[in-house]
Amino acid sequence: MSGVRIRPAGERAVVVELEPGAEVHALAAAVRERWGPAAEEVVPGERSLLVCWRAGGGERRELATALSALAEQVAGAGAPPAGGAPAPLRIPVRYDGPDLDAVATATGLTVAQVIARHTAPTYTAAFIGFAPGFAYLTGGDPVLALPRRATPRVRVPAGAVAIAARYSAVYPSTGPGGWHLLGHTSLTLFDPRATPPVLIQPGMQVRFEAI
Amino acid sequence: MSAWAATGPALEVLAPGLLTTVQDLGRPGLAHLGIPRSGAADRTSLRRANLLVGNAPGAPALEAVGAGLRLMAVDGDVLIALTGAPVDAMVDGVPLAMDAATVLGDGATLTLGAPADGIYTYLACAGGILVEPVLGSCSRDVLSALGPAPLTKGQLLLLGDPLGDPEPQTARVGCPPTFSILDGPLSAPFPVLPPPTLIGGQPTLAVLLGPDDEFFDQQAIDSLLTQPFTVSPKSNRVGLRLSGPSLPTRGSNERASAGLAHGSLQVPPSGQPILMLADHPTTGGYPVIAVLAERDLDRAAQLRVGQTVRFRARR
Repeated sequence: MSGVRIRPAGERAVVVELEPGAEVHALAAAVRERWGPAAEEVVPGERSLLVCWRAGGGERRELATALSALAEQVAGAGAPPAGGAPAPLRIPVRYDGPDLDAVATATGLTVAQVIARHTAPTYTAAFIGFAPGFAYLTGGDPVLALPRRATPRVRVPAGAVAIAARYSAVYPSTGPGGWHLLGHTSLTLFDPRATPPVLIQPGMQVRFEAI
Repeated sequence: MSAWAATGPALEVLAPGLLTTVQDLGRPGLAHLGIPRSGAADRTSLRRANLLVGNAPGAPALEAVGAGLRLMAVDGDVLIALTGAPVDAMVDGVPLAMDAATVLGDGATLTLGAPADGIYTYLACAGGILVEPVLGSCSRDVLSALGPAPLTKGQLLLLGDPLGDPEPQTARVGCPPTFSILDGPLSAPFPVLPPPTLIGGQPTLAVLLGPDDEFFDQQAIDSLLTQPFTVSPKSNRVGLRLSGPSLPTRGSNERASAGLAHGSLQVPPSGQPILMLADHPTTGGYPVIAVLAERDLDRAAQLRVGQTVRFRARR
């Protein structure tokens, strides 16, 4: 099978297109192991992986060929055994968000049902973007999939637990945002002085718990 | 960090100018956590300024935008160099040349005018600017508000020890000395200054098509590679907004969010491309028609609002 598509992204980067999910994160791990710090940026997307090599790391076409072989290998290996995965990160949530009633109305559910459906799944951090530590969590209940708010808020507090489209997220820092706010957590999602600075890493499994 | 105990010369900020930040070469390797690389918008000019004053090329220096930065040397002389966007610089009323190391005497005041061309002027000081790094870098990221806040009036900028070595010298590019008389203990490799960044004019910048060029029809590709684009207002360290012929996609303008490389030309639904610069977001949901060649990134960052630019494809 040669289903892996690799596209150039400038002189020393490529984008590998993949099936969404475990494969992206498995390939990210394999790339870090294969190239170490020479693979300067290894950035998961929803169904892709961007790899930027350091200057002088090699000729792009040769790197792309090696990466293609690695991607085939990872795809061929299939999903890792479920027993080996670490337990999901548990995020305690107080479901008191300002959009809870509106979400219930829009989905035809009661508030209690919205909370039940939001706390039921195990989510995967598909990729991080928008802001440091802002993880796009996939695997949520499709009934809760709503378009973003028509008018974004100027100020969403850090720790706000929110939904939009097929995603859930926790706002790591206070700032503008257009997602529906269901509640909040007291966990710190982004702390530049902490190691690691970001709580939810790409590929991590996450569950929300109502408190 | 023993350098924090330094009690050598410092710079007092008499006026911060329009926007002056501390910049080094940024915080690479964290994009997967949503943390942009940041760093000097024009990295060549940062390296050049640092090498002129004997620093490691990536030492923290000042990046000034617009006119009005005024600094006074206190508690000693400071070796300085200005590179990047050319400005009328004065030391106590006497013009100061760009691209040369100069001693700013104790008590003397440096004033920067508005750049004649370009955006970012770099001021390196021997020893580097001493600020606390955040995630391994002293750079201010204007998108994520990481790193030291922009300069404010009255602030005192401490400097590192010029004889101490804030960074290993391995990053320096050496060349053999021309004169054999220099052989011996004094024959440290000469640092090779990068050439000044080309600033001004109507540049043609090299791009590599992709990764999402297949989202666009041939007409859009042709427009990108033959028509001029103008730099729009609201351009900054995050990105350069360009206006020109619309670059429509064949079908949907949205694709699954993917990592963004430095220099990506991302095309939002407006059809007007945005060139991703130092503080660009780490992922994006719109197609990237092409990515700028690395050697043209610095020149692109120095483009001013209203300046026109063209793109040519390279393989």
